[in-house]
Amino acid sequence: MRILKSIFAHPSGRIGGAIVLVYLVIALCGAFGLTPHDPLMQYRIDRLHGPSASYWMGTDLFGRDVLSRLMQGVGQSFTVAFFSVASATIVGTVLGLTAAWYGKRWDTVLMRLMDVLLAFPAILLALLVVTIVGPGTWTSVAAIGIVYTPIFTRVVRGPALSLKTRDFVDAARTFGSSRTYILTRHLLLNLVAPLTVQVTLALAWALLTEAGLSFLGLGTQPPAASLGLMLSDSRNLMEQAPWLLAFPALAIMLSILGFNLLGDALRDILDPKTRRA
Amino acid sequence: MNYLIRRLAAFPLVLIGVSVVVFVAIRLVPGDSITAMLGTEAGLLTPQQRQSLATYFGIDQPWIVQYWRWFTGLFSGDLGISVTYGKPVLTVILERFPLTLELALLSMLIALAIGVPAGVYAATRNERPADLGVRIVAMIGQSTPSFVVGLILIYLLSVGFGVLPTMGAFTPLWQDPLQNLSQMILPAFTLGCAFAASVTRVSRSAMLDVLSDDYVRTARAKGVPERKVIWRHALPNALVPVVTLSGIEFGYLLGGAVIVEQIFALPGLGRMVLEAILQRDYALVQGAVLFIAFNFMIVNLLVDLAYAVLDPRIRLEGR
Repeated sequence: MRILKSIFAHPSGRIGGAIVLVYLVIALCGAFGLTPHDPLMQYRIDRLHGPSASYWMGTDLFGRDVLSRLMQGVGQSFTVAFFSVASATIVGTVLGLTAAWYGKRWDTVLMRLMDVLLAFPAILLALLVVTIVGPGTWTSVAAIGIVYTPIFTRVVRGPALSLKTRDFVDAARTFGSSRTYILTRHLLLNLVAPLTVQVTLALAWALLTEAGLSFLGLGTQPPAASLGLMLSDSRNLMEQAPWLLAFPALAIMLSILGFNLLGDALRDILDPKTRRA
Repeated sequence: MNYLIRRLAAFPLVLIGVSVVVFVAIRLVPGDSITAMLGTEAGLLTPQQRQSLATYFGIDQPWIVQYWRWFTGLFSGDLGISVTYGKPVLTVILERFPLTLELALLSMLIALAIGVPAGVYAATRNERPADLGVRIVAMIGQSTPSFVVGLILIYLLSVGFGVLPTMGAFTPLWQDPLQNLSQMILPAFTLGCAFAASVTRVSRSAMLDVLSDDYVRTARAKGVPERKVIWRHALPNALVPVVTLSGIEFGYLLGGAVIVEQIFALPGLGRMVLEAILQRDYALVQGAVLFIAFNFMIVNLLVDLAYAVLDPRIRLEGR
């Protein structure tokens, strides 16, 4: 409750939070098919129809409703972003915690492995995963998840290493607390703040990467809609039908902006040490 | 010194790791490479022909033997032969690299030319309307993917001025500098814009930190003109995080800006990798990914070193 109040009191938090909330509603509607028209339905007679009362954002080359496709696309983007960041967070946290706790050889092997993954530029690593598994929504989830796992591992390992040597952890050990209890109760709980900030910012990156992958034709496959794919399709028609460029571009931008603003606000609120005015 | 030695010692290890990951990843791709190479014509091969092709390319050997052959080949610059281009992989990569390098340098230049002054300007007007304006623009810039910027630029140029940017062609800088710039300026600006936003944010916050330092206060108290305080005393120290950020970004850009190269149909490294992946040109993907990762690691190492040079207070040993 207190955190919600703080977000609301923070100017970026207020705007970012509002944008994210609106997008969540759109994404849910899009994912569950609550759209004004069927996103796949081709109204041939209304091809390349400009924005109007019946098609608020116009129609595309095949006469499909842009607003409905946009909503479905937002649903897709958020699904990919959510699941990829969730998996990266879970795997990264477990790896980071165990690396810090067990140390020695396990830590060395694990962190070198993360160094190897970090040696690839993100989009390249994602492309490599897509090549192996073949393009698709869940491949994007796996690709983006793998790209961000090393980052979460590092975010967790650093602070976990210093927490491990703190008195309250020693005390817990002396009292005979189990390893799992100490790891989850004493280490993990103290890492919630940096993790929350990282998750919010990672969601923004994941949306960006997903849009990039689907723009290249390696993400969600047609005829399903995705924002990157819609933009890519708009390239040859942008003079004739600028709404095909404008709405998906705006939708991608605003969604990333929302998470960036929220992430900035959360960093200010939860981590005063790294506060950047 | 300790830290540097450890970093250098880990370098070959990480590189070997990268080569293993790339090698295994490519072999996990479904389908055999002979079918991928020949397409539908592979069906016409007799089992004997298929076997002799496999022997020729060495793919009938166990993975470990194949890996060893590839790995030892790396030391003599032999990355294999690209099936699509019919040329050695290294030759294909080096043909594409100048464009990627130029694009990376140009876009960095644009980003720094916009970002640093904007960040300094905002920091000196902290919490005033001008600062707020710069921050809002930077935030929006940071949230706009480069391909959105690129498409909007193309749209504005074609609708507003009736000109279409030159696409698909690349004239090397040394052949015709003007022609080269006319082809590169738009993609470079596209990449530079997105990056300028991050540079602005980082230089603003670094500048704010430095401006509250004691030595800046001392300089002001001594009566040093404000301009000089900002540009001569404060800025050099505020540049440390900007250098780090630029280095990392430069490393990324050397891997080829896949999407921007795709939009402007530029024959750079990124687009080459994408095409090689789509064509299943395994040798090329393998070689190019290793080349890119190698560059990326070298740049990151140099950034770490530059860190110590720029700010002698930073002691790398402790990290």
